[in-house]
Amino acid sequence: MSATVLFRRGRVIDPRNGVDGVRDVLVQDGKVAQVSDAPLAVPAGAEVVEADGKWVLPGFIDLHVHLREPGEEGKETVLTGCRAAVAGGFTAVVAMPNTKVVNDSGLVTELVLSRARAANLCHVYPAGAITKGLKGEELAETGELISSGCVAITDDGKPVMNAALMRRALQYATLFGVPVMVHEEDLTLSAGGAMHEGPTSTRLGLRGIPASAEVAMVARDLVLLEETKGRLHIAHVSCEGSVRLIREAKRRGLFVTAEVTPHHLILDDRAVGDYDTHAKMAPPLRADRDVEALREAIVDGTIDAIATDHAPHGVLDKQVEFEKGINGIVGLETALGLTMELVHAGRLDAKRAVELLSHGPAKAFGLPGGHLAPGAPADITVVDPSEEWTVDAHRFYSRSRNTPFHGRKQKGRVVQTWVSGRKVYADGQVKESR
Amino acid sequence: MRHLLGIEGWRRDELEAVLDRARAHLPGGPDATHTLRGKVVANLFFEDSTRTRTSFHMAARGLGAGVLNWSPSGSSTSKGETLLDTARNIEATGPVAIVMRHRSSGAPHLVAKHVRCAVINAGDGTHEHPSQALLDAFTLRQRWGGLDGRTVLIVGDILHSRVARSNLWCLKALGARVVVCGPPTLMPPGLEALGAEVTHNLDAALPQADAVMCLRLQLERMGEAFLPSTKEYSRLFGLTAAREERMKAGALVMHPGPINRGLELAPSVADGERSVILEQVSNGVAVRRAILEVCTS
Repeated sequence: MSATVLFRRGRVIDPRNGVDGVRDVLVQDGKVAQVSDAPLAVPAGAEVVEADGKWVLPGFIDLHVHLREPGEEGKETVLTGCRAAVAGGFTAVVAMPNTKVVNDSGLVTELVLSRARAANLCHVYPAGAITKGLKGEELAETGELISSGCVAITDDGKPVMNAALMRRALQYATLFGVPVMVHEEDLTLSAGGAMHEGPTSTRLGLRGIPASAEVAMVARDLVLLEETKGRLHIAHVSCEGSVRLIREAKRRGLFVTAEVTPHHLILDDRAVGDYDTHAKMAPPLRADRDVEALREAIVDGTIDAIATDHAPHGVLDKQVEFEKGINGIVGLETALGLTMELVHAGRLDAKRAVELLSHGPAKAFGLPGGHLAPGAPADITVVDPSEEWTVDAHRFYSRSRNTPFHGRKQKGRVVQTWVSGRKVYADGQVKESR
Repeated sequence: MRHLLGIEGWRRDELEAVLDRARAHLPGGPDATHTLRGKVVANLFFEDSTRTRTSFHMAARGLGAGVLNWSPSGSSTSKGETLLDTARNIEATGPVAIVMRHRSSGAPHLVAKHVRCAVINAGDGTHEHPSQALLDAFTLRQRWGGLDGRTVLIVGDILHSRVARSNLWCLKALGARVVVCGPPTLMPPGLEALGAEVTHNLDAALPQADAVMCLRLQLERMGEAFLPSTKEYSRLFGLTAAREERMKAGALVMHPGPINRGLELAPSVADGERSVILEQVSNGVAVRRAILEVCTS
């Protein structure tokens, strides 16, 4: 357990508790002890963080991360993923179950948790599979997964195409009160597609994935949600039609939450350029009007969280023909900088940006943290909003380098990350303590 | 040294320079210059080809180059070698140009980023077939003198056609109006943004065209039901003898081949007076000589 820490005179932005102003934050025994707008005395032996000009924020929580362990440790491990997380300001991550072996049993959940304990950097919350082996045929043992430590169930990477099975998954998960997280893609509509269907796919001669491949599944699952009274979390929303349906469902009081990735907020399908596989992902980068709709949806509350869908892949997965390239990019270490682009552009106020990275995800999944009231876990991210830097993929803590943002100039950088009152990232270095 | 990865991005004067140069390579023109004597051109054809491969072979030989003919059967690709490794290994043998056909759109772009010799796209997936577009334009220029103000109607499976995309850019750059026609299921979105006029009514579009370019129905790329039947396609979009009669006087019929006779084009039309299909093939060699010269000079 950590010592006493005083964060002095930083701009504390804590959306859940309505705080946005210069404050002192005192941390003791791994928890927030006091937040004060008057200067606090430095307790004996306390470490002081001079946070003048910095933002002192609730630690970021990423609902959507692929840690690749077990099975693809060459791309990422729980340890390297946690390093990347804290370097990106994340104090908690939800680990997707599409590992090799799939996390569809308590045994795999426990393995991931034991690796996370050994890494001892940030909180890792596993998500279990909806269906055994992600095959979309039979429900996995949800009860066992939850009792072993899973916080949600998802077949992420694949949709549950069988509507009856999806209906049962939503019904059954109500026993445990966990969200069913869904990757929305009608495989009959996306079949053979390599990027968003539009003028760019036509120009490049690539088979397109129409927006309807996502929107049709969102519509289906909202119908099932209404019937089952379950909890649905829609992963990586990418298009205007989905936003419209989610907004309307929320208005009607359905228990639906949604996330968007920083890259879907920043890039459109033109980023594919001349077959850049670093811009290949599922769902694909969409049209500019979709990007605009997503930006509006994070402002008006339709979208609850920014989540990275951190998807590490090796060079050989990307240095191939576009159609063969594997989907996904790493995201943990670029999320804040990309979100700050919207803040600096006046498209997103700072408080809402912080909410999308902290309280929003905590609330969506019922996770601890995400705010800084006394008694809350001392999971804290310190950001310098004005530091200018350039993304250098070669310096990522992630084991993988697959990003379209290498070389992109950013303004706003994570300077410190604290988990349970312990400094785990500062001065550009991850602080290991194993 | 420059690549020819597609027509997109080439300026009109650059395209015209290639076409002008091709004229010198026509039979009876000034003799071949043997500008590639002692050099090697590598033909990397990952997909089957008769016309294009032969044509590039003839063109390279005509310029005095040796030709390395490579195909995937019996090569290390069957042992799992990646495209890039194959290309780098071929490059290491010293060709001045790699002429490449591949089933994946963008494959030549990938190779071009990693080799130093010129890369010439001989057809990539459903993206571009630039040398075909140049020889088509050459053929039309030969007949008309120039393309300004002319209307070319491209009919058929636009979705899967690399010829359609390259021709669209090429013909537009050279001053022609391009109308594309086909069933909605075989028409990719956003063609208007690329400069085409789109119609699904062949009978209405036909009388306006100075040339009709029929495309092959690429049944091998159609795993799903794009069409109710080939018979219905032929009835709605086939260039039949009856339709030919409604064409403008002097209007030309083109096809990049291979033809599905009786499906997209009636045999009598394919072999008729309007047809310039074999001229396209003959002109291909001259145009490809010019391409090789421009890319390797």
